Amino acid sequence: MQIEFRDAMVNVATGGVELNKDLPPVLLVHGAGMDRTVWSQQTRYLAHHGFAPMALDLPGHGDSEGALLPSVAEMAEWVGAFIEMMALGPVRLVGHSMGSLISLEVAARYPQTAERLILMGAAAAMPVHPELLGAAERNEILAPQLMTAWAHGSRAHIAGNPTPGLWMRSGCQALLERAAPDVIYNDLAACNSYEAGDVAARIECSVSVMVGSEDKMTPPKATAQLVAGFSEVDLQHLDGIGHMMMMEAPDQIRDLLLQALG
Amino acid sequence: MVEPDYLKFDTLSLHAGQEPDPTTGSRGVPIYQTTSYSFVDTEQAAGLFNLEQPGHIYSRISNPTVAVLEERLAALEGGVGAVCTASGMAAFHLACATIMSAGNHVVASRNIYGGSHNMLNLTMPRFGIETTFVDPRDLNAWESAITPDTRVLFAETLGNPGIEVLDVPAVAEIAHAHGIPLMVDATFTTPYLMRPIELGADIVMHSVTKFLGGHGIALGGVIVDGGRFDWAANDKFPTLSQPYDGYHGITFSEEYGHQALSMRARAEGLRDFGAAMSPANAFHLLQGVETLPLRMRRHVENTKTVIDFLETNDAVSWVSHPSVSTHPDHELAQSLLPNGAGAILSFGIAGGREAGRRFIESVQLASHVANVGDAKTLVIHPASTTHQQLSAEDLVAAGVGEDLIRLSVGLEDSSDIIADLARALRASQKG
Repeated sequence: MQIEFRDAMVNVATGGVELNKDLPPVLLVHGAGMDRTVWSQQTRYLAHHGFAPMALDLPGHGDSEGALLPSVAEMAEWVGAFIEMMALGPVRLVGHSMGSLISLEVAARYPQTAERLILMGAAAAMPVHPELLGAAERNEILAPQLMTAWAHGSRAHIAGNPTPGLWMRSGCQALLERAAPDVIYNDLAACNSYEAGDVAARIECSVSVMVGSEDKMTPPKATAQLVAGFSEVDLQHLDGIGHMMMMEAPDQIRDLLLQALG
Repeated sequence: MVEPDYLKFDTLSLHAGQEPDPTTGSRGVPIYQTTSYSFVDTEQAAGLFNLEQPGHIYSRISNPTVAVLEERLAALEGGVGAVCTASGMAAFHLACATIMSAGNHVVASRNIYGGSHNMLNLTMPRFGIETTFVDPRDLNAWESAITPDTRVLFAETLGNPGIEVLDVPAVAEIAHAHGIPLMVDATFTTPYLMRPIELGADIVMHSVTKFLGGHGIALGGVIVDGGRFDWAANDKFPTLSQPYDGYHGITFSEEYGHQALSMRARAEGLRDFGAAMSPANAFHLLQGVETLPLRMRRHVENTKTVIDFLETNDAVSWVSHPSVSTHPDHELAQSLLPNGAGAILSFGIAGGREAGRRFIESVQLASHVANVGDAKTLVIHPASTTHQQLSAEDLVAAGVGEDLIRLSVGLEDSSDIIADLARALRASQKG
């Protein structure tokens, strides 16, 4: 569905059903260079299991209009204001990768907007390989290729897509290739310059974190540093899974998500 | 410089889409010879039927053995997904039916397989879909044939039987400028010789029966979804960009974005049209795909040797193959097909139709069959077989002269192929 916000149309996937405002709202925030479709294995399920999912396209991403936001702080301000505008009350906030940083900041800065926080592929810092950043700045295809190569566990490079006929690696690369020029660089630069500070300590709502044992982009060690800052957290490890856990292990993630959403 | 550590083509040919069977440890791909799959409970069953979660329901829609082949072919082509079908023609129909409806229009190369030509020229008009055929080399013709109702440009990467090389990047650019996709039939090239998605094509189809299988023992087709085309960028593709009542109002582009075509082709196309590939055929075709790189190298090598022979034979009036310097697409082939321009060639036989008949009846090693891309060398006289439904005018337009022999060069020892051809050519001239 398309929603007008700040003079631009925002695209939101709701699981193929009308947004039911009587159900608990779940806002899902994608990672760098991506869009709502990274949640395609979860949104429709949630929509039929008692929730009102809203998988966002951030401004300038996917089918959303609007200028790119150059920092995680600005993205968080935009998401927080979007939640307020929707007037659905506090949401269950789910973020992946860059989306996890945005979600963290939203929950810390605008605590009235987030009832629960669920983070996937998260870390306190997300430094970006300089050659990846350079390729993204030059809008070279190498950027989607490197991100795809590093974002998947070893199994996903061979097989294992539970959706018959879909090939995970090209799925990720094609998604990134569809990003408009400068989108990937904007997002990677935002991740690269992000400093978490004491953000974890400022989170008041319940927090769940999911980490893949083969995640090369936010490795378990980096996730552990973030997790150490929360006063209370439910940490779930996914064995043999990489950074794109929603696609690599959709069944596990659906189950964990249902538990974490309450 | 850092590079993506992707598995290479030869490795993917053997491994993509398969892990050792989790129950038995079977290293080979098992044949899941079953029609249906037990549900865990009613909730899981409902979730599967409603596209809330992935999995198998019924083998007309998906099957674990077929899914391995689909994932492997998508991997080799660099597509986001693939849907296998009972035959190449079923794949062509599935792609057309998934993106088009009555009132839509196709611009197609006139130099395509006779069966594809018939479907577009004679069958699809009964369902309200018209086609304009154009010279695939004439970029202006592609452009000027596009109407507001056009929904796809279609051609073969190597034409049939004239072996015209499609300028994929140029035709894709024309398609995209009009907000429509380019679909190519890449049967003659296979992903080993050309990866059309990387060149700009949006949908790739194959008769898997041919080089991909290689053995000529199992029928199959596939459409591979490139995943780069934006189906929702305009209002031309409502089957993908508008709510679909068949799944309670789902909009495929909204939910699946770059995988919308794959998802709709399976969820609607296989469910409703039912032209599914059998698991046994998928197993046979997988055995072929495992050796695709090795076989294609040998096909290309043998083709070069055979061309060298034909070019010096007095009974041969001309040889057409993009590797020949006089071929109109020779330069384009060098750029788009650096690993070789395939193993199918045509040549003219001195003495026309009658000499052609004597040649076909004189070959002993080469098989006279309506097929190409087999491990064995195959010959056919298109004017009297594969293209016989075409009018005299369409035959000329398709470049099918009465003297034309189509040769699909196999994997035999090249000296044996040449000896057979030499004998048959001598016999053809004894009228």
